Amino acid sequence: MEKLRYALFTGCTAKQSTPEQLASTYAVAKKLNIELIELEEASCCGASHLQDYDDFLSLVLNARNIAYAEKQGLTMVTICNTCQLNTAMTKHRLDNDVGLKNKVNEKLREIGLEYKGTSNVVHFLYAIIDDIGLDKIANMVKTPLSQFNIAPFYGCHNIRPSELQNESHKTPENPYRPTSLDDLIVACGGINVDYKEKNKCCGFHVELQAPKTASILTGKAIAGAMDGDADWMVTPCPLCHLKLDTQTKHSSNAIGRDVSLPVLHMQQMLGLALGCPQEELGLKHHLVKVDFI
Amino acid sequence: MNTISITTQTVNFKVFRFNSDVDYLPYYDSYTMEVTSEEVVLDILNRIKWELDGSFSYRRSCRHGICGACAIKVNGRSTLACKERMNDMIDIFGTELTLEPLSINRAIKDMIIDKADFWNKHDAVEPYLITDIEEEPKIENLVSPHDAEELKEADLCIQCGACHYACPVVEVNEDFFGPAAFAAAYRFEADVRDEAGISRLKNLQEANQGVWDCVKCYECAEVCPKEINPIDKITSLHQMLFKNGVAESNVATRHAVGFKHSIAKNGVLDEGGLVLYSEMAGIVKHIPVALKMFRKGKIVPPWGIVKSKNLDEIKKLVKSSSTAKF
Repeated sequence: MEKLRYALFTGCTAKQSTPEQLASTYAVAKKLNIELIELEEASCCGASHLQDYDDFLSLVLNARNIAYAEKQGLTMVTICNTCQLNTAMTKHRLDNDVGLKNKVNEKLREIGLEYKGTSNVVHFLYAIIDDIGLDKIANMVKTPLSQFNIAPFYGCHNIRPSELQNESHKTPENPYRPTSLDDLIVACGGINVDYKEKNKCCGFHVELQAPKTASILTGKAIAGAMDGDADWMVTPCPLCHLKLDTQTKHSSNAIGRDVSLPVLHMQQMLGLALGCPQEELGLKHHLVKVDFI
Repeated sequence: MNTISITTQTVNFKVFRFNSDVDYLPYYDSYTMEVTSEEVVLDILNRIKWELDGSFSYRRSCRHGICGACAIKVNGRSTLACKERMNDMIDIFGTELTLEPLSINRAIKDMIIDKADFWNKHDAVEPYLITDIEEEPKIENLVSPHDAEELKEADLCIQCGACHYACPVVEVNEDFFGPAAFAAAYRFEADVRDEAGISRLKNLQEANQGVWDCVKCYECAEVCPKEINPIDKITSLHQMLFKNGVAESNVATRHAVGFKHSIAKNGVLDEGGLVLYSEMAGIVKHIPVALKMFRKGKIVPPWGIVKSKNLDEIKKLVKSSSTAKF
């Protein structure tokens, strides 16, 4: 298989509160023959909050991040749903509004950069499905996860708004019945759990300002997976992961029921199936103990 | 000459039934029907009533996507029945379809719900022009096409409630105004003739009910049959709060502003620093979870943060491209 090369936008969370996600991304990339060139120059994407305060600044900063991927002539791969949304939204707006693009480039010129619109921005989940394919991934599986019921949790910012999201990848995804993560579970040999909350919101973005709302949404998500008989959950988003893995106590209190399940990043699940050494997958960093392996 | 071929599929419908006058609990009726590629969801509702059960109840009026009466849920997805093609529903969900009212908790009879909360929340945001208009004006009060563009099509809302009852916050917090009310508020805030000043905006920033409780899930944008994109209007309202100097210093506004400070300092985010900046003394409530995270190697201290390469560029851009003040 030919080596794939991507520019990796790690986002901030993978380098701070979910180090296991970054580690497992690299571990899986090695197995899949993907070379990841980290965009060390990249800034925070603003995480859908900066734009509430200063939309133009948010655009300029995201355009700069993309410009660095363009400079290398590579597709930009994200590993966080919110990074994906913010970056892809910036790309969409600049690619469809020459006036806005010129304004942003006026600022980028001051630092010797230009946003051209030549690099695609795609989440790692869709990058491997599009560029490698689920069949090939399934063929590479060394340890099928066949004894596990696995509940996919998609995360809003990878599936909505669908018109924008579907611009970035070839495999179409319907936000009302998403399939990519289910398909990946099946490719890993696991049994995918269907439940109502799999495409719903975890509440991460109001954790500080509306903790009760956030806790109820997280609680309902875990409860849905538990009721579907899931052994564990899997998500492509480190922010969803933080909610589902670290907020079980608040969530249980909020919905009046004890909820807790191990939650894996999609890279960790894939890593287990592909036979990555466990110490490279960072499973010890979880708050809800990963006790099934 | 073009020929259009009409295809037919067998669909099993599970239909929510409830009559609040006589039923203690709701139940579901099952109908198997041949559905043609010509039909919309409303055709199915009509056929159930006209051919299968005359007592079946739902709201309908214009059949042209303009009165907003016929919104229901198909397999949990809010949809305007007269606009939604059955074929598209079958494409997404297959041939087992569940028809339910927009909000089961508010059901009066079958598909008909009590929309009082929706209208009360609309009312609360003053969705009308607040201005002194002369009783007998001498000239027309014209709005230029350029100014009309500022409404970003928020005036196309038909108050169907699809977004309101798709919003997860509305579902769990009865005080939250919801995406439709916010889009309506934006429609008048953005109108050049409106003179409400900051009074309407102030009401929109209150905790629990206001724009800062939006979870940014994009359900409203996805579901709107008129493609109004309510969350885009919510974002605009966030920005208007800052622009008009109305934004109070609270955990939500400091959170948005905190990103800029963190980026200016490190390029990347200082997660702990951001929470401290947003919460101030309120940070204490996060300590128990933070300690657990620390023990699992999930917290990087400020001095351990790897700053972005070429940080001087980012600092320069933050200086040159900032457009907001707080």
